[in-house]
Amino acid sequence: MASIELDAPGTTQLFLGNEAIARGALEAGVGFAASYPGTPASEIMDTLVSIAKDMDIHAEWSVNEKIALEAAAGASFAGIRAIASMKQNGINVASDFLINLTMTGIGKGLIVVVADDPGALSSSNEQDSRNICKWMNIPLLEPSNTQEAKDMTKWAFELSEELDTICMLRSVNRIGHTRGNVKLGELPKMEQRAYFPHIWNMFAPTLSKFAAGPFPRLHKMLNEKLAEAQQRFESAPFNWYQGPNKAELLIITSGASTSCCIEAVKELKLNNTVGIFKLGTPWPLPENLVKKQLRRSKKVLFVEEVDPFIERSVMELAANLPMNSPRIVFHGKRSGHIPSYGELHPDIVINTVADLMAIPYHARDIAYEKKAEELSTHVPGRALNLCPGCPHRGTFWAIKNALQLDGRNGFVCGDIGCYALGFAAGGYYQSRTMHAMGSGAGVANGLGNLSQFGFEQPVIAVCGDSTFFHATIPALINGIYNKSNFILLILDNSATAMTGFQPHPGTGMTGAGESAIPIDMEALCRSLGVHVEVCDPFELENTTTILLKLMADAGGAKVVIMRRECEMVRAKREKRFPYVMYVDPDICIGEACGCNRVCTRVFQCPGLIWDKEEGKSKIDEAVCTGCGLCVEVCPEGAIVKKAT
Amino acid sequence: MKELSKEPCNLIVSGVGGQGNVLMSFLIGKALVNQGYFVSVGDTYGASQRGGSVASHVRISGHTCYGSLIPSGHADVILSLEPAETLRMLCQFGNPNVVTITNTRPIYPSDVTSGHTIYPTIDELLKLIEKLSATVIVIEATDEAFKLGNPIFANVILIGALIGSGALPLDKQSMEPILKENFPKEFDANMAAFNKGMKLAGH
Repeated sequence: MASIELDAPGTTQLFLGNEAIARGALEAGVGFAASYPGTPASEIMDTLVSIAKDMDIHAEWSVNEKIALEAAAGASFAGIRAIASMKQNGINVASDFLINLTMTGIGKGLIVVVADDPGALSSSNEQDSRNICKWMNIPLLEPSNTQEAKDMTKWAFELSEELDTICMLRSVNRIGHTRGNVKLGELPKMEQRAYFPHIWNMFAPTLSKFAAGPFPRLHKMLNEKLAEAQQRFESAPFNWYQGPNKAELLIITSGASTSCCIEAVKELKLNNTVGIFKLGTPWPLPENLVKKQLRRSKKVLFVEEVDPFIERSVMELAANLPMNSPRIVFHGKRSGHIPSYGELHPDIVINTVADLMAIPYHARDIAYEKKAEELSTHVPGRALNLCPGCPHRGTFWAIKNALQLDGRNGFVCGDIGCYALGFAAGGYYQSRTMHAMGSGAGVANGLGNLSQFGFEQPVIAVCGDSTFFHATIPALINGIYNKSNFILLILDNSATAMTGFQPHPGTGMTGAGESAIPIDMEALCRSLGVHVEVCDPFELENTTTILLKLMADAGGAKVVIMRRECEMVRAKREKRFPYVMYVDPDICIGEACGCNRVCTRVFQCPGLIWDKEEGKSKIDEAVCTGCGLCVEVCPEGAIVKKAT
Repeated sequence: MKELSKEPCNLIVSGVGGQGNVLMSFLIGKALVNQGYFVSVGDTYGASQRGGSVASHVRISGHTCYGSLIPSGHADVILSLEPAETLRMLCQFGNPNVVTITNTRPIYPSDVTSGHTIYPTIDELLKLIEKLSATVIVIEATDEAFKLGNPIFANVILIGALIGSGALPLDKQSMEPILKENFPKEFDANMAAFNKGMKLAGH
């Protein structure tokens, strides 16, 4: 929504944290950017692809995160500053390449931005990716607000180049998805030329600098780079202390948690007694700086998301302080003062600090608090659901019916995308497993090869079109090769919908909006020699019949492509609904119908509601998108669609 | 440095995924930055969007960017696209001084449609909302939006009501260029929605 390419240094803009990261990369003169969509990282690349042409950079949505990082590294080797961005799951996909990259070093500045999701707001885990930096010896930067997100990104490129190693910028959802004031810096005006340099390793004259090999000396060189990073972090501009010279309590914090700590000190009016040491460079730990800060107080509280990462490093350091050092009592996740899971909220930090400082704290008037608690019982819960008009609703309805008719307790191996809601009411609770991208088909591989142990349950794996290209193809090939018996449903809605409708190799368009060869997934699957069917998810009966037929055939892997465009993409383009929907009150017999309210109790499209007063179904015209699917669900034919 | 009558001023924009609360908080935030304020806006994204409760926290300050999460009990203004969400926000973030501006049109959660949970009547809901607010401005934003041709205009109508209420240091002149910039093709329709909201808030 913001214009990150604005050439107006010194002006202040309202940027999303992810836009600020993209701007920081531009200010660093980035020439190459690659990513795979994933909340909360997507907007970094959404922003960069939107300005790629104007700014003359290469920005791409790669097929997966490993390839994104590899492509960015290739550009760096050839002298172009490069960035790869991804969510926390993505860095795991990229990790095999990453550890080898730390062995070779880089060309021009190369950074990887990893956006973690404390609280798992849009994820199925809340991995703390900072641990990877310790594991792989990667210098780590952690911004604490929108302005820092921009400034640190720029600095990370310089640091990476000076140290000759990739650096990680670790963001979290409350950084990437917070808008804030950002003061712009200069955009560099330079012409960049790419050339792959033929340079050799300093200790092995026949080993290319860019080749990792069986040489522990490469590891030794990396250790030396880390020691150099530690030196630089001792005086990094992103580490600061605020508070009294000697503090009753020293809070050590980083990243998004910083603002919770500032809030707590302000709220409790403790700025004369409690100090905050904010660490923007948590790994390698700037030990001398930390030792200096530890002299301020005998009581320390660690506040960070998600793991006790800084907490462990600092305690390790403290264990090696001289014998005569004053004893410090440490509080944090290990002591139970800060939760060891979930997102941090200012409430948690305010209450913990109040507790440690023995100050009574009430967030609001006590009588009001009591009333609010009492009235909160009237607020209905709001479970996640598929959007009105979503093609996946048709797919899961057909799956549900087919599995019931088959009667052998079959089930769905779910995957990552909007259709992850297959485990919830909107997907009729059909998904029984869900893990990583492509894991639906991967897990189905094992389940489909258990017939020698008497396994007879039908196995249906689902994946989206983007997920198919990302990580499902190898699982499908494995299934065909190893004769596993499962049905793979590719829910092809022509977009990476969950993360913001990014294009993918099947759509015939690149991220930057240029046309590309559309990869024909149907032809690709057929070329593997597997049985392929193509269905419209809104043709419920046809889909059910095909699924039943395929389930009856135990002869290996099969593919069904469920093809219908995402309703949100369609509506945005066509700006009209296909049908005007209504429930004919003369035909709907409400509770008296033998269907037991199948339309609202089971089908559960948000556009179809229950009119309590009339005791009948009703279309909510502010929500319904006129897709017409519910017509097929009503046994009485009371739901009517009229072409617009 | 800009002065505010309360520092920081905390606004919550709430609703259900798809109603446009991210856009609303962006437009309001942008107008405030143009007026020289420091603003932090925290939004709900991703999985939480799909039919779920969504809320943007907007924190306005004369001198610093606050963290984007408002502590419990610390909302100054709640602007809400959906009445059950209004009550949800009041229960967590309300206090005896909070100003509430709420739409009246329910969006029924699937558990209500399926018959597993009860959704209070709109009269009951408004009574509960009043019990937890210092001032309540009730806007039939979706009904008014239908009159303008599209229920989605409820969001800009509510921005109009917010500005009309005088709860923020913003006026029509500060919002108009923002609407123009963001809706170049549909500026007239959005301005009509904005004016309607201003008027409904008694302006």
